Amino acid sequence: MKKRVVVVGAGIMGLSTAFHLAKRGCTDVLVVDRGYLCGGASGRNGGGVRAQFSTETNIRLMQESIAICRDFAAAMKINVWFRQGGYLFLARTPERARDLEASCALQTRCGLPTRLLEPSEARGIVPELDPSGVLLASFNPEDGVLFPWPFLWGYARAARDLGVELATFQEVVGFEREGGRVTAVRLCRTTPGEAPERTREESLVRCDEVVLCTGAWSPEVARLAGVSLPNHPHRHEICSTEPLKPWLGPLVADLTDGLYFSQSMRGEIVGGISVEPVPDGIDQRSSRQFLARYARSLVRAVPRLAGVKVLRQWAGCYDLTPDANPIVGRVDDPENLTLACGFMGHGFMMGPVFGRLLAEHVLTGERSALFQRWSLERYRTGELLTETMIIG
Amino acid sequence: MTSRVLVCRCEDVTLDEVEEALAGGATDLESLKRYTGFGTGWCQGKQCVVACARLLEARTGAAPPAPITPRPPLHPVPLGLLAGLPDPEEAP
Ligand SMILES: Cc1cc2nc3c(=O)[nH]c(=O)nc-3n(C[C@H](O)[C@H](O)[C@H](O)COP(=O)(O)OP(=O)(O)OC[C@H]3O[C@@H](n4cnc5c(N)ncnc54)[C@H](O)[C@@H]3O)c2cc1C
Repeated sequence: MKKRVVVVGAGIMGLSTAFHLAKRGCTDVLVVDRGYLCGGASGRNGGGVRAQFSTETNIRLMQESIAICRDFAAAMKINVWFRQGGYLFLARTPERARDLEASCALQTRCGLPTRLLEPSEARGIVPELDPSGVLLASFNPEDGVLFPWPFLWGYARAARDLGVELATFQEVVGFEREGGRVTAVRLCRTTPGEAPERTREESLVRCDEVVLCTGAWSPEVARLAGVSLPNHPHRHEICSTEPLKPWLGPLVADLTDGLYFSQSMRGEIVGGISVEPVPDGIDQRSSRQFLARYARSLVRAVPRLAGVKVLRQWAGCYDLTPDANPIVGRVDDPENLTLACGFMGHGFMMGPVFGRLLAEHVLTGERSALFQRWSLERYRTGELLTETMIIG
Repeated sequence: MTSRVLVCRCEDVTLDEVEEALAGGATDLESLKRYTGFGTGWCQGKQCVVACARLLEARTGAAPPAPITPRPPLHPVPLGLLAGLPDPEEAP
């Protein structure tokens, strides 16, 4: 088989990119994934979508992503349960409060309606919140939450309708190289199930371009192509409760201990918290320690939730970079390999806007200011970046 | 959507919806779960997973699939109770 572009990974990044490639007329695209759709972080996340960041790059990108989310159901003919109830950030230390002040000022300059709130004012937005210990809060009413699964189905269906081929249970196990280029990807069929295992069925797909959208798996997949990446997987756990009638407007995020929770359109309270240390590498197991820590912090923030029952917990992996910013774009060697990884714990919300930018980058080869900024190269030149609005 | 035969009562998934998902290529249990949402409600699959697995087997002719990965807790547990669990990693 020969394809113009092979996209590795069918999470939000891969599917959004494939859709935008096809929309621009490049339909000779194959998307492969070693597991089922929604098996990676894109099917395991909290569905939070926000423009409250501390860098102009992230704020601007997310302004566009939020607009896409708002129109997604109508444009893609699928309900993604998007609800703009805002994000309410809480700071419990003077340092975190200063971060909030600085990022709120920047967001205002970018045209966001974000405002700083005293703890008592935060109660105006979530009356059930116990604000003791909170020094400062910030609120952007345009942020929101969505249900990740249908978002992926929407992109997958639209990409297929345009001619993109999507193959699940196909793992990339190697790359064929010639000089400074990848000439083919080596695939191995995997068995269905949550932990896909390789079979003996291998195949080779020749291609002109490879795009790695493998999230937390990126270091191990890039290594197969001879590319060494500085990011690493970091387990992040999450859970959801029994459904309740709608009462919680925003997603509430505490920048101090990484607690966050929101109410989905299905009524469940979905949330998580940071737990350290975590096992090395890709690990998607759940722990009781997480439940205890999450429950303690959540019940402190909203005492009335004590009687509400947890139905299910699961885990996925964040894709952490040393400077909390993504690693994207073409690498030097092999020259036809493009990366889109390192999106920390906020890559789902970046998918809608970033897929378009990545498709343009792949097709034109142009390195815009954003692709310069987020290049792998920066770790060699030492031009590291920052972002303080990181949850977990 | 005419059938009112419920396969998953918690999440209101009908037989027709499962058939549609199977026809659309969700031919393994994890994909079927993600596409229809069966097994993600109150009973966490205790009532519906067998029905879905049998349908899958009948329609695809494949060997019986392994169950979906169970998600803890086994039964719903109140947050207030969980908040009282000891945390070995935290200083007293
Ligand atoms: C618990 C949790 C909560 C989160 N909450 C949020 C949130 O509220 N908002 C938000 O925006 N983000 C959130 N995130 C982060 C977000 O989920 C990720 O940043 C995003 O989904 C990454 O998308 P992706 O497409 O790059 O990667 P993934 O969705 O992980 O997709 C990568 C895919 O590559 C496949 N793959 C790996 N290796 C191979 C191979 N060798 N061959 C073929 N395929 C391969 C995998 O099977 C996987 O499907 C959260 C993450 C977690 C874990």
